[in-house]
Parts: sequence; C-alpha cells; structure tokens
Amino acid sequence: MKPLIEVKNITKIYNGGEVSTQALTDVSFEIEKGEFVAVVGPSGSGKSTLMHILGCLDVPTSGTYIINGKNVEHMNDDELAEIRNKEIGFVFQAYNLLSRTSSIKNVSLPMAYAGVPKKERTERAKQLLESVGLGNKLYNMPSQLSGGERQRVAIARSMATDPSIILADEPTGNLASKQGMEIIDIFEELNKKGHTIVLITHDEDIAKRAKRIISIMDGKIVGDTKNEKDYKRIKIPAEGTKIDNKERHKNENKRNI
Amino acid sequence: MIIRKGIKMKISEIFEEGISVLKNNKMRTALSALGIIIGIGSVIALMTLGQASQESVKERIQSLGSNLLTVYPGSTQSGFLRGGAGEAKTLTYEDALEIEKSPRITTIDGVAASYSSRSQISYGQNNMNTNIIGITPKYFSLRNIKVEYGSEISQSDLDNLSKIAVIGPGVVEELFPNTPNPIGQNIRINGSSFTIVGITESKGSEMMGTNDSVFIPLTTAQKILFGENHISNIYVRAKSEDLMDAAMNQIGFLLLELHGLESPDKADFRISSQEEIIETVNEVTGTFTTLLTGIAAISLVVGGIGIMNIMLVTVTERTREIGIRKALGAKRKTIITQFLVESIILTVAGGVLGVITGIGASIIFTKIMNLPTVISTSSILLAVGVSCLIGIVFGWYPAQRASKLQPVDALRYE
Repeated sequence: MKPLIEVKNITKIYNGGEVSTQALTDVSFEIEKGEFVAVVGPSGSGKSTLMHILGCLDVPTSGTYIINGKNVEHMNDDELAEIRNKEIGFVFQAYNLLSRTSSIKNVSLPMAYAGVPKKERTERAKQLLESVGLGNKLYNMPSQLSGGERQRVAIARSMATDPSIILADEPTGNLASKQGMEIIDIFEELNKKGHTIVLITHDEDIAKRAKRIISIMDGKIVGDTKNEKDYKRIKIPAEGTKIDNKERHKNENKRNI
Repeated sequence: MIIRKGIKMKISEIFEEGISVLKNNKMRTALSALGIIIGIGSVIALMTLGQASQESVKERIQSLGSNLLTVYPGSTQSGFLRGGAGEAKTLTYEDALEIEKSPRITTIDGVAASYSSRSQISYGQNNMNTNIIGITPKYFSLRNIKVEYGSEISQSDLDNLSKIAVIGPGVVEELFPNTPNPIGQNIRINGSSFTIVGITESKGSEMMGTNDSVFIPLTTAQKILFGENHISNIYVRAKSEDLMDAAMNQIGFLLLELHGLESPDKADFRISSQEEIIETVNEVTGTFTTLLTGIAAISLVVGGIGIMNIMLVTVTERTREIGIRKALGAKRKTIITQFLVESIILTVAGGVLGVITGIGASIIFTKIMNLPTVISTSSILLAVGVSCLIGIVFGWYPAQRASKLQPVDALRYE
C-alpha cells in the first residue's frame, strides 16, 4: 500500500532580493495513514516552511510531494486550493478563525467551499463542535471564547471536510500549558479514531505525546524515530525558550483578527 | 457527506456573507454608499426635471390649439434695411378668405384671421391697457379658447361691424371688481363704446395667455377702431397631424400666387407650426438637461472611485482573512466573487436609495416649479444598471488584488 504522504528530495529556496535563503535541503520522508507525527526543531530550522509545503500553501523549489496519491508539483492555484480544501485540515498557532463569525459558521466554511449543502454542513459543524466539547458555544463569536476554546473550534474546522491529514502548526503555542495539554488530548483522541496528524512544535513535552518524531535542523532532517527510548534524547535547542505568560497573552490579542 | 464536483459556493450564500460583512461596518458602508446615492439621485432628479420641463412646454404649446399652422407677415424690406419680422402689412383678410375658399387647398378644415393691437380700455373709473384682438368666428375654436359665459363672435357681427366684445377673466377682474355679471355692460375701447357679450374661460399659462385680452369682430377692429387694412395672423387648422406639412406647402404656394411672387425665397410671409416651436424648445431644454446630467454623472464617477478606495482598504485590512479563506480551500474565483459581490451590494443599495432620493427630489422640485411629474422607468432601470456596473468596474481591481494574494504571505500578515 502506498503511503499517505510522500516527500521526496524537497528543497526550498527563498529569493529575497539579493540574499537567497535555503530553507529546506533535500528533505525526504513518508507518512502512513493513521500516524501521529511530531515535527520538531528550533525556530529557523525550516519546520514552518515544511508545514507550508505539506499544507500546499507554498510550493517547493524542487522535489516531489505526493498527498493521497496526488502529485501537487504542477498544480495551479485553484487545484492547490482544492487539495487544501479536501485533503488537509489546518490548525494554526494563532487559531485563524474568522472574526465576527460564529463558531458554527467558522466550522462550516471549508464545507461551503466544498459545496456541501447548507443544511448538511450546519448539521455536521454542530456534531464536530460537540465532539470537541463546545456544543454549548455554537453561536459564540471568537471574541467570546477563550484561547483553548478557539483552538478547539479550529480543530473542529480542520476536520470539516474529513481530510486525509490534519496539519497542526504550534497549536499550543499561544496557550497556557494546561489548555495546551487539553488540545493535545483531543489530537490523541482523533488519532485513536484513525485520523492522520502531523504536529509541528518546538515543545518537547508536546512532541513526546506523538508516536513518531521527525527532528529538523538547518533545513535538514536530523532524526526520525518511533522509538520511545529515543524520545528522551530529543532536546530542542535555542528557541526552546518558552515565551512567558505575559508575552503569550500579548501575542494572543495581537493575532486574533 | 455529499461533496459537489469541483469547489463551488452558492452565489446566494456569498451574498449573505457580503451583507453580513457590510453590516459589521455600518458607518463605512453608509458613507461609501452615500457617494452613489448622491450621484444616482442627482442624475435621476435632473433627468426628470428636464423631461418635466419639456413636457410642460409641449403641453402649453399644444393647449394653444391642435394641428395649428400660423401664418405671419414677413419682414419689411425697404432697400437694404430689413425690419423686424411680423411688422409688415402683407397679410390681409382676403388672403384668409382665399385660403378658406380655394379648392386647391384640401388638407385644412378651419381658417381664422386676427388683427391685434394694444389699446386703453375703461369702464367707469377703472381702466387698463391691454391687447385688443380683432377676430373671425373660428378663431376661438382654432386657438382652443372657450367662451365660458355669453356668446362668441359670429359672421354677422363681422358683416355688421358690430361693436361687441368678448373679454378675458383678467379684464373682468380689472374693470368689474364689484359687478357680478359684466355681460351686457358697455366698455370703452379707444373712446368707442363696446357691449360685452361673452367672457372666455381662464387659461392657465400666463406666458401665452389670453386672460387679459379683449376680442372684437375683425372688421370692427380694422375699420372702426384702428383704421388698418392688414391683419396680424392667419390661423389654419390642418385635418390631421400628418397633413401639417402638406397644408403648409399648399398654403404657401397659394399665398405666393396671391401676392404675385415667383419663388418661395421671395415670400413676404412665414408659416410655422407648433411642432417647430416644440422642437426648438426641446432642443434648448435638451441641451440643458444633458449638461446638468453630465455634471451629475461626474459625481457618480467620484462615488465609484470612493467605492474602489474603500474596497482597496478592505482588501488590505482583510489580508489575513483572505489567507484563512484560501487555506480552507477558497479558489481565486470565489475570492473575486466575494469582493465583487460586496462592492455590487454597496453600489446597488446606493443606487436603489439614490433612485428613491432622486424621485423624492423630483417630486418636490416639480411641485415647487409647478411642472408635471414624469418619472420614466427607463431612467430608473438605467440608474440601477449603471450602479451595478460601477460596482463591477470599481470593485474589479480590489477583488483581483485580493484573489492574487498568496496564502502563505496573507497568513503571515499582521
């Protein structure tokens, strides 16, 4: 059986005027259906670039990326939009919910783009929100929700079109550790139900909840293990600086559009 | 879960979303729509006013009699000096009689002649200076003047040089402020005594009104009062509107022959129809209407630029939102549609309110200026169409810009 995700020799170079930066160098790996993978690395290691490429938000400079049997290499903007819609569910650090839009409408949005009839998508959005414990906050606006609740709405939204994988980029980065752990609990739960999850983080404690850890450093894969014994050795250098609560709070406010 | 083939969001849902976005920014929406409201409103108001004044002029001219041709004497010419039109003494009562009798003129069903001059009239202590018009019997029916009380002027009055008068309601007011029924009373015109036999109906327009006129038999005016042989005008009614040109030609050639002239460019008279007058007036008012509407249209364009400006601000402001939408699977077309729909809602809402404002303003203005209110549906449809078009034209660029944003960059935008 073919793997769900195949990344072959991916290189990404950013051309920022005079200076070009090599963000990823010859990265290859595969992810099977049902895996729970954490991608770890310090800031500037290229993990965000990798996340953007996996999420079809950006295209690699060279190399092949196949998701669910579809090679995205030569796809145009609209075809990529369709892949993002049907194959990928995003959970962002800054939640990225539409402001002034109720939870249920936020969760419905990907289904609206997929052309699911309104009645059906509202029904499904309701179920999804109930499954993340927000059955009583269907019509709350993001501004009326706590950070943890917003992220749960985002998770519900990521599952809306029943995508092949859920891509989570620092989903706990803006949350206090208790709420962060609750979010990871939800991911664990989803994984148990068979969802494939790719989690990008620089937090060791969170990475260790995954079943496989891919470490990235300077744009290269430096470790890929499913062995729990190896987990202890994983140390994320430098940026491992956890932002203190005050700073986190500031970010939270700023990022909530 | 049913997923339709391709990614398609229903346009009605995009509309719903657009409306809710605009509702969230009420002040901004209202202000940017205001430009369109004013633009469309003034275009409609001015178009309506223009049409109303044309309509009013047409009505007034037609109220002077239908299918009417008027023959004026030509301008006097002595050597190289050319006098003013209408001053010549080239038309006579005989000309009018010839036109009526001639078997060659087949296109008319009524002829009247008139001689008019200003004179002093008095009754007791009251007096006024007014228009004395000597007329033939058909004058009233041709000029569409009704005699409300008493009798008209008959052929026998002309034959007998009767000293009788039919007066307008203005004259009654002026000379008989305390006499309830002036019929049978005698007034003095230029020293001669005339018996009042009738009073004409009040005729609305002051400009070309006959309210202050005194009508007397033509022959009496010529021979007794003023001692003149010529007449001022001949009025001819054509059998139908289509025959007016033919009638004009027939009368023209007959008069040339009667006056012993060889070619039309030597004519010592002039024939005009109401249509000509209406056309001239319409040309003038039309030019004004176009000019004013043009100015109003400029304000409409300014309104459109306002919309474009706001939409551009909106795109920048909502960069992150666009990024989210794209990440969730919105295609370029969907984003374009969303922004276009928003600007179209803005302009069409502005357009509809503008139409209402414009109609309101038209009704008020036409009431004040005492004009008929004619609101053409075509101008309303045009206005709504134009505002829709403005939405598309000025919304296109911002929408394009939004759709071209790369999701990665858009999501990074703070």
